[in-house]
Formats: sequence, C-alpha cells, structure tokens
Amino acid sequence: MTVEQREQVPMLDTQTEGYVTADGRQIGGVVMELKNITLRFGGVVAIKDISFDIRHGEIRAIIGPNGAGKSSMLNVISGFYNPQEGELIYKGYKRPQMRPYKVSRMGIARTFQNIALFEGMSVLDNIMTGRMHHMKAGFLSQAFWWGAAAREEAENREAVEKIIDFLEIQAIRKTPVSRLPYGLKKRVELARALAAEPQILLLDEPMAGMNVEEKEDMSRFILDVNDEFGTTTVLIEHDMGVVMDLSDRVVVMDYGKKIGDGTPEEVMNNQDVIDAYLGVSHD
Amino acid sequence: MLYREAGDFKSTYPSDNQTFPIRFDRYAYWALIGFAFLVVPFLLTDYWANSIVIPLLIYVIAALGLNILIGYCGQLSLGTGAFMAVGAYATFKLTTAFPWMPIYIVFILAGLVTAAVGVLFGLPSLKIKGFYLAVATLAAQFFLIWLFTRVGWFFNDSATGMISMPERTVFGVLVTGPAASAMAVYMTCLVFVVGMAWLARNLTRGTVGRTWMSIRDMDIAAEIIGVNPLIAKLTAFAVSSFFVGVAGALLFGVYLGAAEAGEAFGINKSFLVLFMVIIGGLGSILGSFLGAAFLIVLPVLLKVFLVDALGWPADLARHLEVMIIGALIVLVLIVEPHGMAALWRTAKEKLRLWPFPH
Repeated sequence: MTVEQREQVPMLDTQTEGYVTADGRQIGGVVMELKNITLRFGGVVAIKDISFDIRHGEIRAIIGPNGAGKSSMLNVISGFYNPQEGELIYKGYKRPQMRPYKVSRMGIARTFQNIALFEGMSVLDNIMTGRMHHMKAGFLSQAFWWGAAAREEAENREAVEKIIDFLEIQAIRKTPVSRLPYGLKKRVELARALAAEPQILLLDEPMAGMNVEEKEDMSRFILDVNDEFGTTTVLIEHDMGVVMDLSDRVVVMDYGKKIGDGTPEEVMNNQDVIDAYLGVSHD
Repeated sequence: MLYREAGDFKSTYPSDNQTFPIRFDRYAYWALIGFAFLVVPFLLTDYWANSIVIPLLIYVIAALGLNILIGYCGQLSLGTGAFMAVGAYATFKLTTAFPWMPIYIVFILAGLVTAAVGVLFGLPSLKIKGFYLAVATLAAQFFLIWLFTRVGWFFNDSATGMISMPERTVFGVLVTGPAASAMAVYMTCLVFVVGMAWLARNLTRGTVGRTWMSIRDMDIAAEIIGVNPLIAKLTAFAVSSFFVGVAGALLFGVYLGAAEAGEAFGINKSFLVLFMVIIGGLGSILGSFLGAAFLIVLPVLLKVFLVDALGWPADLARHLEVMIIGALIVLVLIVEPHGMAALWRTAKEKLRLWPFPH
C-alpha cells in the first residue's frame, strides 16, 4: 500500500466500539489487529499463535519474563520480522509483507531497547531524520538549496522545535548525540520517533536502566504524548509499577505464547500470569 | 574577542541553520572568496600554479566526493582512481566526438557519466559492508584501468595508448592544452571548486545528507525510521562519483593535458585521496580542503625547505620527504583521530572562551 493509498483508508475500524478508561479517556476503535501470529527462527518458535488488538488512543503494554518474545512482537509490528503465519490488519486492511522503511511511512514509529540513535549527528539532526516522511523536496532542489528544500527545512524545523520544547531538551539540541548521558539519549530517541507524527508509537523498554527520577520523567512524557497528541502507544516494560500505572490494557507473554490480556487489574489477578512471574514448572 | 556568538541573535530557523553561524566566520569566508577570485589570479606564477594551487583545487573536489561516500554515508571505497579515470576518459571521448561542445559542459557531463558508472559499482554495497565493500570496489579499480588501457575505443586507438587533451576555449580564453595560461586554468578550477563545495554543503545539510549519515551511523535503525537503504547508498555513490569524475576530468583536461590510465589513475591515486579524507576529517567539508592541502602543499614545502634552503641533493630530499610525510600522517592521526577538521573544531571552541579560562 503506498502512502497515497493509505490516505484514502478510513482511519478506524468503525465496527468495534471503544471503551472508556478508568481515568475517563475515550478509547476508539481498533487501529491494528494481530491475528494468529506465529514467528519462527529455524526450529525456534519465538511467537506462537498470538492474537490481540490495539485501539486508537490507548496505551497498550506488552509484558512478560525475559525471552518471552515481546521484542520479537514489536519487530513484527514494525515490519522488521515477517511472521510465517497469521495476519496483521492495520486500519482495516491486511498489511502485506513489506520492508521496514515502508511500514514506517504508514505511520508506525518506534524506539529501541538498546538506544539506536545516530551517534555522529546532532540531536537536532537525529530528530529531523525522524521527520523525513514530511519532507518531499526533490534531489535537485536540495542540491541547489532552492525552493522547496529550504522552505521545508524551516517548516519542519518548527515542528521539531515543538517536540524539543515538549520533551524539554532545548539545551542540547545542537549537541552531538555521542556526548549525551544515557537518560537523555532515551529521551532524544523518543523525540525522533515522535517527530514522525506516528499513528502508532512503539516503545521498547523506554525506562530500562533509568533511576527513579528519570523513570518518572519518562512516564510523564509518555502520558503527555498520549494526552496531547492522542498517539496510540504500545510499550514493552519490565517495571511492573510503571506498566500498571501507565497502561490501559496489558498483553502478557511467556515462552512465545499469550497468557493474559486485559486491564492491569485483570492481568494482575490472572493465575497464569502469577505463575509465569513467580515460576512454576512448565510441563 | 571577535569570535563570539554572543549578541548575534538568530530569529529565524534559516539564519540559525546557515553554514557559518558566527559572524566572524562569515566575514572570513567572504574575504577568502574575494581573495581567491580577485587577488590570487594576478599573483599566480606558473610554478605556484602547477606545483601547488591547481592540483590542490582539483584534489579538493576529489576529496569532497570521497568524503561524501566514506565520511557521510560510511561506504568504504578504494576505486577513486578508476572513477577519476572514467571522468578523464569521458572528457576525452566527449570532446573529441563533439568538438563544438563547451568544455565546462563536457566536464559536467563527464561527471555524470562517472556517476552512472559509480552507481553500477556501488550496487554491491547493498549486500556487503565495510572492508568487504572496499575489496569489492578494488575490483572496479583494476577492471576499469584494464579497460581503459586495453580497449582502443577509449583512447581513439592512439599509438601510444595515451589520451591527450585538445585545445578548448571558454569565452575566447584558452583553458586547456599546454598553451593555456595559469590564470585561465586557475579560474576554471576555482569556479568548479566553489560550485562543487557549495553543492556538497547543500546536499549534506538537508534530508539527503541526513539519510546518508543515518545509514553510516546505524543502518538497521535508519531503515526502521524510514530510510530506503537502496536509494541512500546509491545516491551517495552517484554524487560521490560525480565529484570524483569532475576531478578526474579537470586533472586530465586542464592539468595533465595527456594521460595514460594505469599511470595517472592507478591505485596510488585511490589511496592518496583516501588519505586526504582521513587526515582532513571524515564527514566534514572543511576536512576535505584541509586534507587535500596537507598532502599537496606539504611535499612542496618540504622540497623547498630541504633542497632550496638547506641545499640537500634532490634525490635524498625526495626519499626523506616521503618518510617525513608518513610520520606526520601518523602524528596527526594520533593527536586527533578525527582529522584536522576536528582539530579546528576544538580550536574554535577554545577561541570562543578566549581569553577567559571558563
């Protein structure tokens, strides 16, 4: 599906009703539905027959012990892995197998578990790279810096500056990323993903390795992003306190299988989930 | 005291984003341009032109081209010499086939031909990376040189196997051939250097440049962000080869006048330009200038110093020269692994604080 075709696709699957969260936010219809996804690497089954949906405007968490297949799931959504079985329905249409850069053009942006910023570039350039899809100036226009290229650069800089303000990283906008401390790098990576103005934002352990204060900051940013831009967010996180506080619905995975799905309260009281985390013998 | 951003407020994004954000830099740049165009042509002697200034300008273009490929896009290439040969032979074929064609157009067309060849030899970069890609580009180096020395069509079946540049004029002024004046050759090279440096700066500051750098820094993340690696790598090869091709065209057209592929564009040339880029600074336009200056000017200065000032025999001086330059290259890379451009950046940061320590 090209970008042009995407524009014509209705935003939401209107057949399904949304719901209202505990804090009173209205969650819309299904944006993405994963049906019976199975992903194998040779003999290893990373994801076994998993189905769940992502609704417009919600914060959806994927949790599970190490090696449960959470990151693989995110890689499937962002198009980095192609599952052997199952289908992925995005905005009402089945998404064919496609390269990751095309998936990102369809409005899916992500951050990485191990920071994947462009170390040799400044913070500003990193975030501007995230905005690539909004810049259409031709090659010659850029070579001569004439017309569209110069205009777009300024327009998109303005959009990027809004994100910089939002995430409170004004002071470091011209600093090379390689000089930044870990916590700020995580924030810049979020900024780069946000710059694309995604329909679905995928966050792979946004709080890994942070201290309490940084975690609080990051949580606030995730909530603010969801609040202000209405961005649908899918996040993987190990800090249970954070997950339970932030997310509207949680998918729990263990050994590549889905063992729970529902609101944080439902999931916490699910016997399978408790077993997975506290450990019982797998027969 | 002049070197300050303080008080130089930017109120629009274009002005914040300009090439020389500091006022002093801007003045220095315009002064330098004025000096190069208005003063140098009248001071230039044949000796200075032929031993330093013309080769310097030509190698700056080649270094800019290779820097785009290696420094900005992270694709290692050892085929620079061969791509320069493509530019040179394209110039020769075009200008002998279409003698009426303006020679500047011929140089640009030669660059475009090289860009096409560069894309062809850049295709392996889609699958292989790093040192393996360097080895793959070596194939281009040897194959193209073999082609140019063996296939008669490329050198119009001349008995010597060499190509020689016919005389061409621009606005009635002779710019190629042995009779061309130093000033005309200098102005030709200068126009190309300024134009190409401007193109390089424009391409590296915008979306194209950012896609190149994202591929260099982390190609998998770049693809997930939305960079099409195929287009990013091949445009880098095309633009880089265009620059290198123009450099080759100028080297043959206005400087050497006659050339034989194996001798003028061998693997030594590839390494020479690679050293310029590494010493000057990867991923820096200024670095391309500094690197080319280092490797072109230094040998001449050493020769002047050893032979003319100290009166040493010429052959001894030549051997020593190689050793000294080798040692200096190692020294520069130990002191500043990121090249002379990084040295300049550090100096600038210090200058901003000077004369106060904090």
